Amino acid sequence: MSRLGTITRRTLLVGAVAVAGGAAFGIYQLRKPVVNPLRPEDGATLNPYLIIDQQGITIIAPRAEMGQGVHTTLAALVAEELDADWEQLRVLHGPPAAAYYNAALAHGALPVPDYAMKDWQRSVTAGIGAATKLLGLQVTGGSTSTVDAFERMRLAGASAREALKAVAAERLGVEAGVLRTEAGRVIAPDGREIDYRDLAEAAASVSVPQAELRHPNDWKLLGRSLPRTDMRAKVTGQAQYSTDIVLPGMKFATVRICPYLGGGMAGFDASPALAVPGVEQVLDLGDGIAVVASNTWAAMQGAEAAVIDWTPSPLPATPDAMVAQIARAFEEKPNSTMRDQGRPDEQSAGIEVEYRVPFLAHSTMEPMGATAHLQDGHLTLWVGNQAPREHVKVAADAAGIEAENVTLHTPFLGGGFGRRVETDITRQAARIAALMPGVPIRLTWSREEDMRHDFYRPAAIARMRGAVEDGRATLLDAKIAAPSVTRAAIGRLTGRNLGGPDKGHVEGAFDQPYAIPHYRVAGHLADLDVPIGFWRAVGNSFNGFFHDCFIDELAHAAGADPLQFRLDHVAPESPVAAGVLEAVRDLSGWGAPVPDGTGRGVAMVWSFGTPTAVVIDLTRDGAGPIRIARAFMACDPGLVLDPAIVRAQMESGLIYGLSAAMSGEITFTDGRADQGNFPDYDALRMFNAPRVEVAIVQDNPHMGGVGEPGTPPAMAALANALFALTGMRVRSLPLSRHAEFLI
Amino acid sequence: MSVALNVNGTRYIVGASPETPLLWVLRDELGLTGTKFGCGVASCGACTVHVDGQAVRSCQVPVGDVWGGVTTIEAEGDARLSALQAAWTEHQVAQCGYCQSGQILQAADLLAGNPAPSDDEIDTAMGGNLCRCGTYSVIRAAIHDAAGRLREGGAG
Ligand code: FES
Ligand code: FES
Repeated sequence: MSRLGTITRRTLLVGAVAVAGGAAFGIYQLRKPVVNPLRPEDGATLNPYLIIDQQGITIIAPRAEMGQGVHTTLAALVAEELDADWEQLRVLHGPPAAAYYNAALAHGALPVPDYAMKDWQRSVTAGIGAATKLLGLQVTGGSTSTVDAFERMRLAGASAREALKAVAAERLGVEAGVLRTEAGRVIAPDGREIDYRDLAEAAASVSVPQAELRHPNDWKLLGRSLPRTDMRAKVTGQAQYSTDIVLPGMKFATVRICPYLGGGMAGFDASPALAVPGVEQVLDLGDGIAVVASNTWAAMQGAEAAVIDWTPSPLPATPDAMVAQIARAFEEKPNSTMRDQGRPDEQSAGIEVEYRVPFLAHSTMEPMGATAHLQDGHLTLWVGNQAPREHVKVAADAAGIEAENVTLHTPFLGGGFGRRVETDITRQAARIAALMPGVPIRLTWSREEDMRHDFYRPAAIARMRGAVEDGRATLLDAKIAAPSVTRAAIGRLTGRNLGGPDKGHVEGAFDQPYAIPHYRVAGHLADLDVPIGFWRAVGNSFNGFFHDCFIDELAHAAGADPLQFRLDHVAPESPVAAGVLEAVRDLSGWGAPVPDGTGRGVAMVWSFGTPTAVVIDLTRDGAGPIRIARAFMACDPGLVLDPAIVRAQMESGLIYGLSAAMSGEITFTDGRADQGNFPDYDALRMFNAPRVEVAIVQDNPHMGGVGEPGTPPAMAALANALFALTGMRVRSLPLSRHAEFLI
Repeated sequence: MSVALNVNGTRYIVGASPETPLLWVLRDELGLTGTKFGCGVASCGACTVHVDGQAVRSCQVPVGDVWGGVTTIEAEGDARLSALQAAWTEHQVAQCGYCQSGQILQAADLLAGNPAPSDDEIDTAMGGNLCRCGTYSVIRAAIHDAAGRLREGGAG
């Protein structure tokens, strides 16, 4: 324990350095400080967390803003302690740097359900958190950003405040203890005040005091719904995304890469492309081509016109053959059995069923894109991304230069959902820029390219056995087969092969807070090399559906009310999870008779540290299409820093999950995705999205994420509501294959 | 061959061939990047602008066919757009924000013809505008709000 103690004991140190006309404040963690990414010669542009100079206060929020409001919440952490004027702040993403590693990513690393994690286990993950620094993962994902920053960024603000006060005390000839701070100024008891901007330069040279953090009762910004720092830019068209960078002499490019996944290019005829007005060059990228033109449309026309000889995909030729390949994984030993209680093999199963879910695309609103410029051996890149340091490495490799000759800017992301961890777009942009040195390139994918070259949410199969007795579940025995996202995506990201039990593969199933005497969840890894990746909620997105729908089946087999049945089994394991079921029961008025033509379903999934329950009401007029009329959500992410952002993220996750469960499906023929654009892969729109109400509970003693936990229970609740409405238990998604929804 | 174009009150002579969709002329040639590309097949609405006061999908309109003045999200001094932008800010609508230029321009078109739309009318008018972040409920609320502001202000 003592060694553990020294590793996990927090050693966060705040330091400051001078920048032109001011100071920059940052945090160093661990016994060996990380290299300061701040380069003082760059003046006010680079810094760990906070810069105060003559221009004012700039907060560095080193996570990608992809809609989840993270810039606002991270800035509020600093501003709360700093006593900055919220309206006057600037927020920047900041540079790629090891100092910005995401320590909270490792919280999910132990093979223990989050709800059951002991305090000592949490402290062990803090030690693993330090290991993610060694990997240098500056990742925006896993619903971890706020958890990770919660202490670090407040400390940066607090220490900076104290340093500014120390300088002011000297100038005013008073004790620092009598000074107060407000709206970017230090104020003396006699009313004299000094603006932070006038103190910053001197503050850089005082040794930075280690300050105490304020009690939540004293918070002025945190815990409130703040105006988002990116809102104005986003409603006036000023917010810049990857392809909104305007550079003199810029050319416009698109790519056409082999759509037969795993296949390549045997040769191509560029002449039809070059015949398109505006097309200037066709470049060989090995597995496809890039077309460079005077505008993006000409490039896209050219790419379509080129005649390309593709080589075939090694993947199974039909969707059915792919499912069969996944099912084959059941014949092998399980990779993991992370829940194994009682004696499931000795129980006879009253219910034995199979569930299936399809591959899914991320389908971010903004197709993949990037801007790149190679000038005098230095590559400057603008690419919306969720892992900047990995993108830098890939860019350097593709351009044939050293990583220190790459400058990466992370503009706003037009949706991420896990897609922009991947570096494929960056590799292409860097390659094209390297082939055309001196020429700035704006690379935009067509929607078809985006949908056919995704890193998909994998298809998955679950074989479930269950039994009930006297109104209680006695057996839940699940086997889950799918290709491993963890291995595919982490392997691409870190270049390491991960062995051992794969927790991500069974998350959402093995870690649910149910008291069932004979309870087992086994994960089987399928050998199927479709490119797969992190998709909102990752393994929870399929396991949550499997597990919760099966709980619903058990409830009906037991003749019990589905919500009360869940509550009965959850309450003994987790009062926090029971709390969200009660909250959604009260919010939805569960238990009151529903009108004719209405079907009501419930689901609860604990993911990313946040139990989330959803009730869905489906309505149907006679033989008309089914409408997703209403959704009620309750979540418990523990301490909430910005309730409006939590609500928005919950609703966003819900709509994303409902869209997928209702109609989302990617199938492959000859290794090529059959769906290419929104008409084949649509999402909910305003007229068929439900009215949503969200209740936030704050009884969870640990902070959880909010970006993803809304997605898994939405999918299950929709299927459970369909059962309530029609009596039809649909065990394979999308549901629109089995029932007619309003579209 | 060149095409004359009036965008947000400024006249431009553009060099792109007349069949080039207006979207790409705005983004690539004029540097007006507030208008977004989402699908290229009229199914997402991210590229919505106004031509002669009417919402169009700029990915579908050849620049040579543009029949009137073009209004984009960058326009200033348009009372309807300003009211919508204020309501969008008030309701904190945008998440990733990528769809929102198109949403706002589509909403402006709705309010031009219907100063007090019902929920159903809003849902129908906005059905062609996807939002992958799922901001629909706040968009609806913001449209009601903007409509109210415009009615009170006597603008529109
Ligand atoms: S880009 Fe024009 S409608 Fe989607
Ligand atoms: S706000 Fe992200 S797509 Fe609408």
